[in-house]
Amino acid sequence: MHPLDIQTDLAAEMLTRFLRDEAGRFGFDKAVLGLSGGIDSAVSCALAARAFGPQNVLGVRMPYRTSNPDSETDALEVAESLGVRTSRVDITPMADGYLAQEEIEDRTRRGNVMARARMVVLYDHSAAERALVIGTSNKTELLLGYSTQFGDAASALNPLGDLYKHQVFALARHLELPSSVIEKPPSADLFEGQSDEADLGFTYAEADAALFDLVDRRLSPGEMAAAGHDPELVQQLVRRIRQNQYKRLPPIVAKLGQRTVGLDFRYLRAWGT
Amino acid sequence: MDCTIRLAQVQPTLGDLERNLALHHAAIDEAVATGVQVLVFPELSLTGYFLKDQTADVALRLDAPELRSLAERSGEVSIAVGFIERDPSGRLYNSIGFFEDGLLLGVHRKVHLCTYGMFEEGRDWAAGDRFRPIASKHGLLGFLICEDMWHLDGAYLYFVDGVDAIVCCSASPARGVAESARGSDGPELESNQVWRNLHEGLALYTRTWILYSNRVGWEDGVLFGGASRAVDPFGAEAGRLEGLDPGHLDVAVTDGALQRARVGTPLRRDANPHLFLRELQRRLEIEGED
Repeated sequence: MHPLDIQTDLAAEMLTRFLRDEAGRFGFDKAVLGLSGGIDSAVSCALAARAFGPQNVLGVRMPYRTSNPDSETDALEVAESLGVRTSRVDITPMADGYLAQEEIEDRTRRGNVMARARMVVLYDHSAAERALVIGTSNKTELLLGYSTQFGDAASALNPLGDLYKHQVFALARHLELPSSVIEKPPSADLFEGQSDEADLGFTYAEADAALFDLVDRRLSPGEMAAAGHDPELVQQLVRRIRQNQYKRLPPIVAKLGQRTVGLDFRYLRAWGT
Repeated sequence: MDCTIRLAQVQPTLGDLERNLALHHAAIDEAVATGVQVLVFPELSLTGYFLKDQTADVALRLDAPELRSLAERSGEVSIAVGFIERDPSGRLYNSIGFFEDGLLLGVHRKVHLCTYGMFEEGRDWAAGDRFRPIASKHGLLGFLICEDMWHLDGAYLYFVDGVDAIVCCSASPARGVAESARGSDGPELESNQVWRNLHEGLALYTRTWILYSNRVGWEDGVLFGGASRAVDPFGAEAGRLEGLDPGHLDVAVTDGALQRARVGTPLRRDANPHLFLRELQRRLEIEGED
């Protein structure tokens, strides 16, 4: 048994309840999410279909002109297997409208613009459909900051945020998602031939094992080395986690008054319901 | 002690006293209709748990109308209820009130506040400073609130008192879904396993009934794990609620089991609290010299 293995039946039940109960609290019984053809959005979509019923879930395909056509095929296969509704918005005109005007060539900047264009589409669909945006960022991504702030990281409810990539794969198998999305190498598909593991410079298996020991088990650097983790990789992960803390928090507010939003004005979201 | 105790595994709404009070009255109606003698709600059943800055807004003095309305029902069934208590000096406590025959018979204020991990209890609440059993007409009850059960002191003091039941009211989050924790008869939360170990261990140490009333429902991504449970004075499970839904567990608590367990293994008879006190004092004096 792998140390990161989870009781997928229990996790699926908890996450289904999470989506239904937390959305219900705010008066929502529908969900919208971006369906990329990747494993994360497929798992979020399957959980949403269980929580709200497939007819109440809208999976939006949002290709850019350089997107791999296979991604859309895979997204459609996921939608079909789950019976959820789908729609398609080509983000090329909106993204290129800005990218061309500013003559942006840098890959990171282009990728961020695409991710944020997709966020704009999803939140507009959210308002149009009275449906909550369901997140697709897993714990590995959140810790490493491997996402675009206010882009793919934006959502109202994120069922995957406490699951490492290894666990997302396990959940995908439990949810019987199409093998095409489970077997292909993970990719953000922001440029041709992109692969997550090539971007990151290490494998998900290495990162998940180290992050689990570092974050969940709180091992010290000495214990990490003794557990067989490459010290250089560990250093790199720690640096990434720290550097990306800003992405996991709301903006910093300068305290001037007696009670300050985000600091000592302390209420749950549930307060407003 | 021969009576039926109902553990009410409810799902309170955060900060909504009115709605939660209605939930309590509905559960009381049902309990009375069924004829149970004691009804035990979970920790902070009237208010919800992660109150933060809502704490003061929902705090009740012991003569508050909300509590009086529960007292008025307590001739039909004895009631333990969780709420934020405001004392005359303005301190706020996480308290359990026990009502019987129209009276507030006793209050237990949570002694061991957890201020670590996801919890900020010491920031918002004052800590209770005593463990005193409550003499119900049905038996002698020792109340604990959640984290109180993780410390040996409360359970030990109630053991010295010879309580008939240790009653733990809880708002315990569901945590841990590792495959290695899977139970022999299906999925199980790691948090529930830990509680079961605590219940069974304490029953063995104290030779008393252990009653655990936990809540369910979500508060901003945190699920409360339910699994309310009763363990008999031999350490064997006498009943539990499965799943993560609201519900209730009726436990037939018998004097016979208490007596048999205590004759078979007379731990209280052979306990030596004086020795414990002497040794404790010696350690505290040494500590004081440091």
